[in-house]
Amino acid sequence: MLSWRGFVFWLVLLFALVYATPNYYGEAPAVQVKYHGESFPETVKNDVLTMLEKEHVTPLLFEHQGSTLSLQFANENDQLKAKSILEMELDFNEYTTALHLISNTPEWLQNLGGLPMKLGLDLRGGVHFLIQVDVPDLIRQRLETLVGEIKSDLREKKVSYLDVEKNGDKIVLQFSDVDSRNKALESLQLLYPELAIDNVGNILSVELTDSVIKQLRDDAVLQNTATLRNRINELGVAEAVVQRSGGDKIVVELPGVQDIAKAKKVLGATATVELHAVDVVNDLSAALTGRVPVGSKVYYWKDGKPELLKSKIIVSGSRITGATSGFDENATPQVNITLDAVGGRQFSRFTGDNVGKPMSVLFVEYRNHPRIPGRVIKNERVINVATIQAQLGRRFRITGIDSLAEAQELSLLLRAGSLAAPISIVEERTIGPSLGQENIARGLMSMKIGLALVVLFMLFFYRGLGVVATLALGLNLLLMVALLSLLPGAVLTLPGIAGIVLTLGMAVDANVLIFSRIREEEALGARLKDAFVLGFDKAFATIADANITTFIAAVVLFTVGTGPIKGFAVTLGIGIMTSMFTAIFATRYMLERFWIRNSQENAL
Amino acid sequence: MNQTFDFIRWQRPAFLASLFVVLVSLGFLLVQGLTLGLDFTGGRLMEYRFSSPIEISSIESLLAEKNLKGEVQFAGSSEAILIKLDSRTSNESADAWTQHVFEVYPGSKLERVDFVGPKVGEELSSQGGMATLITLLSVLVYVALRFEWRFALGAVAALIHDVIVTLGLFSIFRFEFDLSVLAAVLAVIGYSLNDTIVIFDRIRENFIQMRQLSTAEIVNNSINQTLSRTLMTSLTTLLVLFALFFWGGASIHNFSLALILGILVGTYSSIFVASIMILFLGTDPKHLIPKKVEGDGAQV
Repeated sequence: MLSWRGFVFWLVLLFALVYATPNYYGEAPAVQVKYHGESFPETVKNDVLTMLEKEHVTPLLFEHQGSTLSLQFANENDQLKAKSILEMELDFNEYTTALHLISNTPEWLQNLGGLPMKLGLDLRGGVHFLIQVDVPDLIRQRLETLVGEIKSDLREKKVSYLDVEKNGDKIVLQFSDVDSRNKALESLQLLYPELAIDNVGNILSVELTDSVIKQLRDDAVLQNTATLRNRINELGVAEAVVQRSGGDKIVVELPGVQDIAKAKKVLGATATVELHAVDVVNDLSAALTGRVPVGSKVYYWKDGKPELLKSKIIVSGSRITGATSGFDENATPQVNITLDAVGGRQFSRFTGDNVGKPMSVLFVEYRNHPRIPGRVIKNERVINVATIQAQLGRRFRITGIDSLAEAQELSLLLRAGSLAAPISIVEERTIGPSLGQENIARGLMSMKIGLALVVLFMLFFYRGLGVVATLALGLNLLLMVALLSLLPGAVLTLPGIAGIVLTLGMAVDANVLIFSRIREEEALGARLKDAFVLGFDKAFATIADANITTFIAAVVLFTVGTGPIKGFAVTLGIGIMTSMFTAIFATRYMLERFWIRNSQENAL
Repeated sequence: MNQTFDFIRWQRPAFLASLFVVLVSLGFLLVQGLTLGLDFTGGRLMEYRFSSPIEISSIESLLAEKNLKGEVQFAGSSEAILIKLDSRTSNESADAWTQHVFEVYPGSKLERVDFVGPKVGEELSSQGGMATLITLLSVLVYVALRFEWRFALGAVAALIHDVIVTLGLFSIFRFEFDLSVLAAVLAVIGYSLNDTIVIFDRIRENFIQMRQLSTAEIVNNSINQTLSRTLMTSLTTLLVLFALFFWGGASIHNFSLALILGILVGTYSSIFVASIMILFLGTDPKHLIPKKVEGDGAQV
């Protein structure tokens, strides 16, 4: 008959075995080729295989699923060779090649959610960047644009002013009399409800409020995060991480990247938008067959639909100072756009001449060529076409948008395209793959030795009970590995391995506490069975207290730490929990079953 | 327990010894300071591996050619070089330098880069200091809740002692203090508290069971009763840490060193500092009674 404790014990053991096993299977180096269309073409697949064979790099196996072709190789050298061959031969506009690690875990196990542990950068090799958005520069740019905008606004409203200029963090407007000042104040408050306007005598000072600055910063970070993510996809790095970190920073992690310089170049690029007139005079289909009229060019939407646009840029995206999404009076989505003074004039002139005709918004991106150093690629995409309803000024809106989501995306792109968001790399940590391998080897070696030392010691000192303690330790390790493999955020780093080793050393503590308590109770005259129960109960409170404090330290480390330190905090935290569990359940169950049951009053 | 070691007799000498060590540590920390790693100072560290042994002087002259300032040293073997570039070197110059090394020494590889911008370094320093304070405070609150404020002070005194002495040792021997060492110190705070709490637990229990003895005798007995466990755990933990220290490789070398030193000092302080502090503060069994109402343990 199995006690409830026994039941829990065997269940947990099974669980630990199932989810720790994938690590035993390991991962195989692979290359993944993604086709930018529906289904990976058969002919290309055959070409790929022939290409690789020619270079004596044959995949162990390959899998063709939808638009992805996965090729598995025997070792990393083959994998790297294959990647460079395919990158060279395949048109990178249509295919993306990426390094990949495919786990060898059998499918049934994978279906249960069993996967090996994720390895951190210091074990796998790769690059970690911390990118910071230059907020002071953003503020400066915004203020400079505002000066021009305010001047043109005041002129429009026929308010006379002495001077408008940027002074540090503020814009100072000087007037000759209070009347003009008040008129200006009124007008500015109407046009810029979000700004803080102060008035003293004949002077108005305009400042960006905290919420405006926050919006600028958030937009810059959002834009950069999105842009970086796209570029990393095209770099061909699987499992890359691009995430906001704190208010003004972005974390970028590229595991397995070999060429750091190249990665940096590809990440750096600029994006903007342009307004173009749609060419309604000439024929689109004629242009598509090759007869492109002078002064026009064919551009494409994201889904491939073509448009014939006039090449001349009406207004450049750098003139856009704001874009927000919302609903018009018919409750259909719209985008409100604000241009700066110069842009406003250009736009006004153009729209005045072209009422009733369509106009287009083009998204333009300049990137460094991923393979050819120094070459820059221009990526252009139509993101909107709308008909001009009337002569428009600096502020206008685009209506008739299909969905709020589309409006939001468009406004983000417009803001993004208009922000020359200045960024800089403020932290970089790179580990080459050989160093990564060395770290793994060292980590495992020290773990094995440490474990061996502890086990020998336990057996020597506690003999019989030492065996139980060793088994408990084994279960502890197994459980830790299983949990680390299962938890989505958990990543194993070298300090993480140290954390595992540390908790194994500490785990013995709980067993020691229990054993010595039992001995004590026996010495006080209790029978073995009672001593056993008393020992466990009394020890439990102490174990809990002691472990909680280390747990507190682990929590603080997790919150404050980054990367490898976080890895250490995770393994420490998990280790504490598993060691408490094994001491209370496993050790107790094993002792109960094998010691008490045999009821031999052996001297311990 | 038949043998009882009279720890209390050593109260005074131990206190003086601790005070001395703490003062010396503080002295070194203030005068010599810590050898801060680049996590806190900011800077750029690059490790290159070559296909054949390299002379440091050749790398140094290569740096001079490119007008770069930096320190060069071997990184474990004559084919691996560690270069510390001044933190004012721009990212672009550093990248260009790497390309140059690849050109001059074909087959060379960049195995490691650690770059921390100056502001980030400052942020990490303050975050680190914050983390230490938060941990100490949380511990203070926790122990005060579980036991009593005098115990909490005793515990925190021991922990502050541990931190200062460990840092002091790092200062004296000029071991490099980087982010991982700070993590180790925080782990030591949590771990060292284990020992202290085990002893406190015993003291609390004995306050009830041994009411007839003086506080000093109770504390002494408690320490003795838990001594074997305290030493045992420290020993097993130190065993694994030695494994890490000798076989774990350069990157966690200082980390494991900090843990080892911290645990050694921590074990000492749990026995001699925390408990002595409690006596010093005039703790009395009745201070604990309102917190826990428990019947007499079975007196057999």
